[in-house]
Amino acid sequence: MTTSPVLDTPPHHTLVVLVENKAGVLARVAGLFARRGFNIVSLAVAPTEDDRFSRLTIVVDADSAPLYQVVQQLDKLINVVEIRELHPSHSVERELLVATVRAGPELRGQVMDLVRIFEARVLNVGSDAMMVSLSGSPSRISDFARLLQDYGIMELQRTGKVALASLDQISQQEPDAE
Amino acid sequence: MDGGQALMRSLEHEGVEVVFGLPGGAILPAYDPLLDSPLRHILVRHEQGAGHMAEGYAHATGKPGVAMVTSGPGATNIVTPLCNAFMDSVPIVVITGQVPYPAIGTDAFQECDITGISAAITKHNFLVVDAGDIPQTIHDAFHIATTGRPGPVLVDIPKDIIDSKNPRSQMTWEDPQPHILPGYSPTIKGDPELVSQAVELIGKSRQPVIYSGGGILKSRAAEELLTFAELTQIPVVTTLMNRGGFPDDHPLCLGMPGMHGNYTAVTAMQEADLLIALGSRFDDRVTGKVSGFAPGAKIIHVDIDPAEIGKVRQADVGIQGDCRHVIAAFTQALKEEGEEPRRRDAWLNTVKRWQEKYPLVYDTSPDGPLKPQFVVEKLRDNTPDDTIVCAGVGQHQMWASQYWKFNYPYTWVNSGGLGTMGFAVPAAIGAKVGRPDRMVWAIDGDGCFQMTAQELVTATTERIPIKIAILNNAYLGMVRQWQEMFYEERYSEVYLSPDLPNYSQWAESMGCVAMRIDTPEEVEPAIIKANEVDDLPVVLDFRVDAQEKVFPMVPAGASNDEIVVSPLQQ
Repeated sequence: MTTSPVLDTPPHHTLVVLVENKAGVLARVAGLFARRGFNIVSLAVAPTEDDRFSRLTIVVDADSAPLYQVVQQLDKLINVVEIRELHPSHSVERELLVATVRAGPELRGQVMDLVRIFEARVLNVGSDAMMVSLSGSPSRISDFARLLQDYGIMELQRTGKVALASLDQISQQEPDAE
Repeated sequence: MDGGQALMRSLEHEGVEVVFGLPGGAILPAYDPLLDSPLRHILVRHEQGAGHMAEGYAHATGKPGVAMVTSGPGATNIVTPLCNAFMDSVPIVVITGQVPYPAIGTDAFQECDITGISAAITKHNFLVVDAGDIPQTIHDAFHIATTGRPGPVLVDIPKDIIDSKNPRSQMTWEDPQPHILPGYSPTIKGDPELVSQAVELIGKSRQPVIYSGGGILKSRAAEELLTFAELTQIPVVTTLMNRGGFPDDHPLCLGMPGMHGNYTAVTAMQEADLLIALGSRFDDRVTGKVSGFAPGAKIIHVDIDPAEIGKVRQADVGIQGDCRHVIAAFTQALKEEGEEPRRRDAWLNTVKRWQEKYPLVYDTSPDGPLKPQFVVEKLRDNTPDDTIVCAGVGQHQMWASQYWKFNYPYTWVNSGGLGTMGFAVPAAIGAKVGRPDRMVWAIDGDGCFQMTAQELVTATTERIPIKIAILNNAYLGMVRQWQEMFYEERYSEVYLSPDLPNYSQWAESMGCVAMRIDTPEEVEPAIIKANEVDDLPVVLDFRVDAQEKVFPMVPAGASNDEIVVSPLQQ
C-alpha cells in the first residue's frame, strides 16, 4: 500500500510550544522551519487559557532534522516561551477529521455502520454523498479514513493534532521544574 | 512628549552616542528631534554603509552600534548589514521608518514589510504600534542585541507614532521597566558537572588544541583564555573571527585554521586527540569536509548558543554558557585539582616542527612584481601595534589575516560568516568613530572598494581620518584563483582593470589624500606618509601582482588532510 500524508504519519516528534500571543509569531515559527529545512507534518495553533500566550502543537518529521536541533533553534525565537516534547505514551492526543464520502442511497447504510463503530457523526447528507466527522486519537482517525477510502473520499480535511501531557506526566515533571 | 522625542530620549537612555543613518520620508519625524538631541549623527551616502559602520563601531568598542534609516528602499538597503551582523553575532540596533500604521498593508509609497523580510536575519525584530511602547521596545531591543549570543535587532516604527503633528504620536514618557521577555533568558554559567567532565577530558588528553572563535571576543574572554592556555600549555588556534583574541606572538598561538589557515593550525587540529571549542561553531570554512575533520579528537564545545552545540559535530562534552565564565571555571577547577603549568613537550615540539617546516611563504625575489603579502607586512611593521585593521572579503582579507600580527583583542574587523564584499570602508569608518584614539587601516581589494567607496565622502565630511590600502590586482582575485585552480584557467567575468576607475582621482574627488604605489621601494614611504595625515582619509592604490594566490588552501569540499601548501614548499 502506498503511503499518504493524510492516512499515514511518518516517523515524527510532537512538540508543544508555548509562544507569546503576538502578531507574526506563527510566521516566525513557520519561517524558522522552512529556512532550517525542518519539515512540519502538522501544525495546530490557538490561544491558551492565558490570553498572553498561544499554544502550538507541531508534529515534526523525525527524518528531516535531529530533534535537539529543532528544539534549540525554536528556543532561540524570542517569542517562544516553552517547548515540550510529548511522547505518545505520556500524552493525550486529539484530532478532528471532516470528510465527504461518495455514498449514494445503496451504500449509505454501510457508511452509517462505520460511523456507529467509530462513534463518528454525520454532518450532512446529499443524494450521492455524506459528510462525516470524527474526533479522536490520530491513529483512530487514520483507521477511519482508511476505511472510508473504500467508498471514495471526495474531500477530506484533518486539523492536525493537538496534544497535552497526560496527568501522570505533569505530576512527574513538577518536582523537576523547581 | 511625542514619539519622535521619545525615540531620541530612549536612545540616550541606552547610552547611545552615535547614530549612523540617512533620513527619508517615513523616518523624517525622527530627524527633527534629533536636532535637539546630544546624539551624534553621521550622514551616510548609502544605507548599507550605515549598517556596516554600526557593525565596525560594535566590533571595535563592544558597544552596540546604531543605524537609523527610512522605510522601503532605506530598509532593504540595510538588509545586507543585518544579515552580516546576524552571521557574525554583532550587536547592532537598526531603526527603520515605516509608513503610517493605518497605511500598512496598502502598498503605500515606500512601504516594505521589513519585519517580515528581516525575520530570518535578525536575532529579533519589532514593529512598534503605539507611541507609548517606544521606550520599552528600544530598551528590550538593546537588551536582546547585547546579551546572550549578540546579534542585530530591528525596530520598525510607523511614521504616525513619531510625527508630532499626528495625535497618535502623543504619549507620556515612562521609564522602561525591567525586561518582560518570558521567552528570553540566556544561560551564562556553565553546568558545574559538565565543567568537571571537561576538565577530566583535558587531564587525559595528550594532544589537545584550543579551537577559539568569535565567542571569545564577544564574551570579552581574551584574558581568561590566556590564563587557561598558559596553565594547561595547550596550543591555541584563532579563527578568522577571533584574530586578536589570543596574541599571535605568544608561543602557544598557532594562528588561523581553515581553508586558508596556516599548515600548523590546520594540521594540529587534524592530529589532535581533544579539541576544546570555545565560542566557535565548526564553520565549513574551518572544518573542510566534516567527516574528515579532526577524526581522532574528542570534542569539548562551549557556546552561549545551545543550538551550536552538536549542530555540525557531536560534542563529547557540550557546555552551554558564556565563554568568559566557563573558561574561568575550567581554570579554577584545574587549579583546585592542583594543576601546575604543565609540560607538553612532545606535542608542542611536534607542532613546532610543522611551524618550521611550513611557515607562510610567498615569492620574495627582488625583481618581481609588487606582492600583496609584502604590502601587508610593511603595513604591519609601520603602524602602531594596536592599530585596528578592517578588511573586505576575498584574497586581501586572507592575506591581512595571515600576515598581520594581532596581539590585541578588538583590532581585527572583518566579515566572516556572510563574506560581504564592500565591508571594509564603512566598517573602518565605524571603528574609527568608536575608537578615535586608534589608527584604523582598511586593507581592501579593488573589487570590494568599488562596492562601498562612496562612504569616503562621509569620512571626509565628518573628519573621520581612516586609511585605506587597496591591494589592486585588477581582478575579483579570489574568484580568479578558483577559476585558475578548479576551472582550468577559464577566466569568466573576473577582470576589473587596474585603472578604471582611476582610484587616486576618485579618492581625491571624495576629499581624500591619495597615492599610487607600483614598486616595493615605494611601499614604506607611502605608508609613513599616510600615517602622518590625521585629518583626512587616505587611499593608497597598491598595484599588486594579479597572479598571486592565497596559500595554503584546502579545496572546497575536501578534507583538511588535503591541504595544499604554497608551490614554493611543494
